[in-house]
Amino acid sequence: MAKANKYSNTVVIRAENVRKTFGALTAVDSISFTVKKGECFGILGPNGAGKTTTIRMLYGFSPITGGRLEILNTDISQGLVQIKFRIGVCQQENNLDPDLTVQQNLEVYARYFDIPLPKARRKAEELLGFLGLNHRKPNRVAELSGGMMRRLVLARALINDPELLILDEPTTGLDPQSRHQVWERLNELRSRGITILLTTHYMDEAAHLCDRLVIMDHGRILVEGEPLKLIRDHVGHNVIEVNEPNPELRDYICSHNFGYEDLGHRLIVYSRANDALFHKLSEEYCREGCVFRMATLEDVFLRLTGRELRE
Amino acid sequence: MRGLFSFHVSQRFLRVWQRNFTVYRKTWKINFLPPLLEPLFYLLAFGAGLSALVGKIQYHGAELSYVVFIAPALIAITIMYSAFFENTFSSFVRMYYQKTYDAMMATPLTLEEIVTGEIVWGATKSVFATVIMLVIISLFGLIYYPHGFLIIPLAFVGGLAFGSIGMFFTGIVPTIDIFNLPMFLFITPMFLFSGTFFPLENLPIWAQLIASLLPLTHLVNIIRSLSFGSLDVSLVWSTGYLLIFFMIFFPLAQHAMKKRLIK
Ligand SMILES: Nc1ncnc2c1ncn2[C@@H]1O[C@H](COP(=O)(O)OP(=O)(O)OP(=O)(O)O)[C@@H](O)[C@H]1O
Ligand SMILES: [Mg+2]
Repeated sequence: MAKANKYSNTVVIRAENVRKTFGALTAVDSISFTVKKGECFGILGPNGAGKTTTIRMLYGFSPITGGRLEILNTDISQGLVQIKFRIGVCQQENNLDPDLTVQQNLEVYARYFDIPLPKARRKAEELLGFLGLNHRKPNRVAELSGGMMRRLVLARALINDPELLILDEPTTGLDPQSRHQVWERLNELRSRGITILLTTHYMDEAAHLCDRLVIMDHGRILVEGEPLKLIRDHVGHNVIEVNEPNPELRDYICSHNFGYEDLGHRLIVYSRANDALFHKLSEEYCREGCVFRMATLEDVFLRLTGRELRE
Repeated sequence: MRGLFSFHVSQRFLRVWQRNFTVYRKTWKINFLPPLLEPLFYLLAFGAGLSALVGKIQYHGAELSYVVFIAPALIAITIMYSAFFENTFSSFVRMYYQKTYDAMMATPLTLEEIVTGEIVWGATKSVFATVIMLVIISLFGLIYYPHGFLIIPLAFVGGLAFGSIGMFFTGIVPTIDIFNLPMFLFITPMFLFSGTFFPLENLPIWAQLIASLLPLTHLVNIIRSLSFGSLDVSLVWSTGYLLIFFMIFFPLAQHAMKKRLIK
């Protein structure tokens, strides 16, 4: 997935020490990152990490408390309206217009971008087809399923042919079929050169879609990089999970300096090497309840952000 | 207070107006019904019912039948209610429950344009209702023309004033139930004490003075004069008074909405 090299060096988003406070709470604490043209960039993080706050600053919904933010080579404090003509936003909440039909939702939204009606009609037709909502044109929004609403929000975000697509949890609440369909669409958009910035709680989604990503927590960026590289650097290749580990096994792991996490009833061992350790463990310490699997982005995420529940 | 009077509104605010008009057209039959039926109900109740009790009314030295007296006030009341309702309850639902403004703010529309579009839309609803009512009331021969045509642009001015006041409350009420407060403390007293159902001359002087501060009093005065076919300089003063309300509450509404929504 290391496709980064094929992108030009044009920077689409440049965030420098961007901060956002709500009273005493620092929701985003001096974060810096850049997104290049054609890239798919992910922001991951537990609930309350500051993802939505970051995104809201990007499209000018929330004024920044400090720092500098440049979108499409324009400082956000200078040319916000001009920037907004060129970006598409899918907010975390489905705020479709319940007073309008599916078709009208797109047409009315197109009007906000000064798109003339005939063109809006054509575009709506195309996008409803693109996201598999053609048969729902005359329906009211309330008659759609959650997944269809989400896809309509995505269609709406594409109405102005954006150069940058900003998606806050685009696939939350979708069934696996819809989710894969959305992934396919996003990949297709990216192959057309559209830059995408997204947040998600699905690690497989981030690993599948993102060229680069950051993991945030408490308003700060913990790590940044390509998904595979993050996995290699922070977890390794493989993971061994042991259910109900016995004391001998614990001692063995501790004394051999392996990376591990002890969850009480479960022990997670990050093995950088091959499966030799797994064979040793499963033969000598645990006959069953011992699993050997590939390391995933989820391991990185949990390792970096901890396992406690958030607010 | 920074930026209280500094806002930039492009003509894109019309997009917000158009959005509301699109929705209005979908339910136009229902939207047409209240302004169509309301004057009929009132004229029946007051004309056939109460008139017998009240008899003739003394107004500015002339003797009028009660129906002639209240018909113009019905229009003024409708102008007030249409815009105030639209920019309180309806705007609040769009803002708070439907998140329509949130969606709009991800487009080139600015919050100032959204608020402006909503207020202009509220005034437009006043105009629509006024036109329908004018037709009905004119059928009874209660409006003098061509003076009566001036009531239409006045409906817009009145709608802007009452809509801005409504939008200001939308910016500050914590929940939708709280609208009952301005309704009860501001709108209902105006409905009753603005020279609507009885001449203000019947009130003690101090009450007349208070009444003369109410914007609805001025709207009633203008519309009544026009309906009777009289044009005088007080019309200019009263229209100006409504415009002053608009010019005070429009920036206040913008400011309150900004404080509420820009986080
Ligand atoms: N308008 C606001 N006023 C006060 N605090 C806010 C506001 N918006 C967000 N916060 C706080 O800022 C922090 C970051 O919230 P944010 O919505 O950005 O998180 P998130 O990463 O998007 O979380 P989630 O995964 O749950 O969507 C949270 O502590 C939240 O309570
Ligand atoms: Mg969020």
